[in-house]
Amino acid sequence: MTTTATAFARAKAEGRAALVGYLPAGFPDLDGSIEALKVMVEHGCDVIEIGLPYTDPVMDGPIIQAAAQQALDNGTRTKQVLQAVEAVAKAGAPTLVMTYWGPIERYGVEQFAADLANAGGAGLITPDITPDFGQEWIAAADAHDLDKVFLVAPSSTPARIAMTTAASRGFVYATGVMGVTGGKQATGDIVRPLIERTKATTDLPVGVGVGVSTGAQAAQFAQYADGVIVGSAFVRTLLEAPDRATGLRNLAALTEELAAGVRGRG
Amino acid sequence: MTKQPSTWDADEFGWFGGTGAWGGRFMPEALVAALDELTVAYAEAMADPEFVGAFESALVDYANVPSPLYEAKHLSEQYGVQILLKREDLNHTGAHKIRNVLGQALLTKRMGKTRVIAETGAGQHGVASATAAAYFGLDCTVYMGKVDTERQALNVARMELLGAKVVPVESGSATLKDAINEALRDWVASVDHTAYLFGTAAGPHPFPSMVRDFTRGIGDEARAQCLAKYGRLPDAIAACVGGGSNAIGLFTAFLDDADTAIYGYEAAGDGIETGRHAATIAAGGSGVLHGARTYVLQDEDGQTIESHSISAGLDYPGVGPQHAWLADSGRATYEGVTDAEAMAAFQLLARTEGIIPAIESSHALAGALRLAPKLAAEKGKDAILLVNLSGRGDKDMGTALDYFELASSKKGETK
Repeated sequence: MTTTATAFARAKAEGRAALVGYLPAGFPDLDGSIEALKVMVEHGCDVIEIGLPYTDPVMDGPIIQAAAQQALDNGTRTKQVLQAVEAVAKAGAPTLVMTYWGPIERYGVEQFAADLANAGGAGLITPDITPDFGQEWIAAADAHDLDKVFLVAPSSTPARIAMTTAASRGFVYATGVMGVTGGKQATGDIVRPLIERTKATTDLPVGVGVGVSTGAQAAQFAQYADGVIVGSAFVRTLLEAPDRATGLRNLAALTEELAAGVRGRG
Repeated sequence: MTKQPSTWDADEFGWFGGTGAWGGRFMPEALVAALDELTVAYAEAMADPEFVGAFESALVDYANVPSPLYEAKHLSEQYGVQILLKREDLNHTGAHKIRNVLGQALLTKRMGKTRVIAETGAGQHGVASATAAAYFGLDCTVYMGKVDTERQALNVARMELLGAKVVPVESGSATLKDAINEALRDWVASVDHTAYLFGTAAGPHPFPSMVRDFTRGIGDEARAQCLAKYGRLPDAIAACVGGGSNAIGLFTAFLDDADTAIYGYEAAGDGIETGRHAATIAAGGSGVLHGARTYVLQDEDGQTIESHSISAGLDYPGVGPQHAWLADSGRATYEGVTDAEAMAAFQLLARTEGIIPAIESSHALAGALRLAPKLAAEKGKDAILLVNLSGRGDKDMGTALDYFELASSKKGETK
């Protein structure tokens, strides 16, 4: 089975960065999100992040907010997010859930970890908990052999970066901008020092996300990051398509552009 | 003004009631450095006599603090106990909120930041923030749910007159919780030069403790005023609770006074049983919202449920974590007050004492008046019941007009 670690290792062995793609579960509906994520796997995503739609996503800009709202309006439930994980994991890519903390706390941290592991999920990406407030999750993740992807930011102090990487498993998520998803573009002057500061503290792969949307950016960041993480650009592609078939075709094309980018062909 | 450590306080990580219980800091890593910086700057400021003196001066010279403690004679006669009103409605900008924003804006200046952002529901915290920003010469942006900008157009005009930029928020339910989300999104991108003037004693550490300390003058003054005038402490104190800043501001001075009972009144809207309410402690469950573990109105998946109250200032699906701890520990009692009960108290105070209270504060009064007969039976007519009149009702005249007209037209139909 491909794990997050082996997916990153394979990319590294091929002399490239891994491509990590995000979509929220239940957008445009449950089956539609599963179908779209499978297209992303087929066309070059090495690792998948499935978003758990939430009413108060403070790290997300308008694009992902709109998709999450649509998923909630469709009646997407936490259990269905786990169904999406199961379906996408079977397609062969390690599949993580990206979630704000409220829904996990409500579901029960231990129960969620158990159900996520049973569904074949690889772990969690947690944008609004840090390891110092994530003890319960860390314990549950360790008990169920799950990845713990915490975030570092350009504003993180060296001590906090060290603390965060020490608590992480799978990879470390470096936020490429000071800002929310789908807003300003990440640039090398911010990304490179953060990647270097982070890699100095850990052997884990370090991926860059937030503010990354194009093949050219992927090619640039692949020079020093182990992974390139894209979310809003995929969501926007589906939001703006006139119909689903076109949306999936455009999604495949964007995935291929980014996959070429992480291979240095931006 | 010095902070008195007690068992009711948060620990250094922001936990009330022990590690993992209530509060904490569930926040994106991008904001942690700023929250740490704020925690340190705030502690240093509160230990610096110059800062404390400047805060006191701003309160006294500018905000008309200390507010009087007024014995409501007619109400007292009617209810058979001594009812004292802490007149925060007489503060500059018309509510207790000026205390918090003057403290936070002064701290912003001290930290060398040049811009403040704030969220607002009804507009009171937004107006207070715009006022403090004007007073201290800071740029100010206020996030306000689009629904609220329409309901409270006059307050939007006040903020703009004071030089603030008001940004209508259309995401989610387009009300207070979404305004907080949008302010947090701004802050992630602007944190190097911007301070977030959080409007209530909720959110991530250190806001619940900091906002409490900037508003605790309410209780410190009321306690001293009561002792000076009556020679003893009140038997019971009461405040309304939305996020809970005026309540924690009143309660803090009395937490170690075992003979003073403490009551917080939440907005029960149409009635807790209808599901249309904002009674977070009375009817919510433990959850995480806006950076803290606290009582939250949420569905079975942990999605936040929209709250409902006639009072915009109490219309919030969370509550400050220290209130969660006070409720959990049994030190304070939290009950719901419906729209109808609050509006009856609103009208009663206007007619008996010539004071038009904020509808928020009317919830505290209505709850206190429900408590009064019990207190009279137990302790007699000398019993003292102290109510925080946290704001004035000028801003609520549109709501009152609609409400009472609606009530009288309904009466008309039944005749």
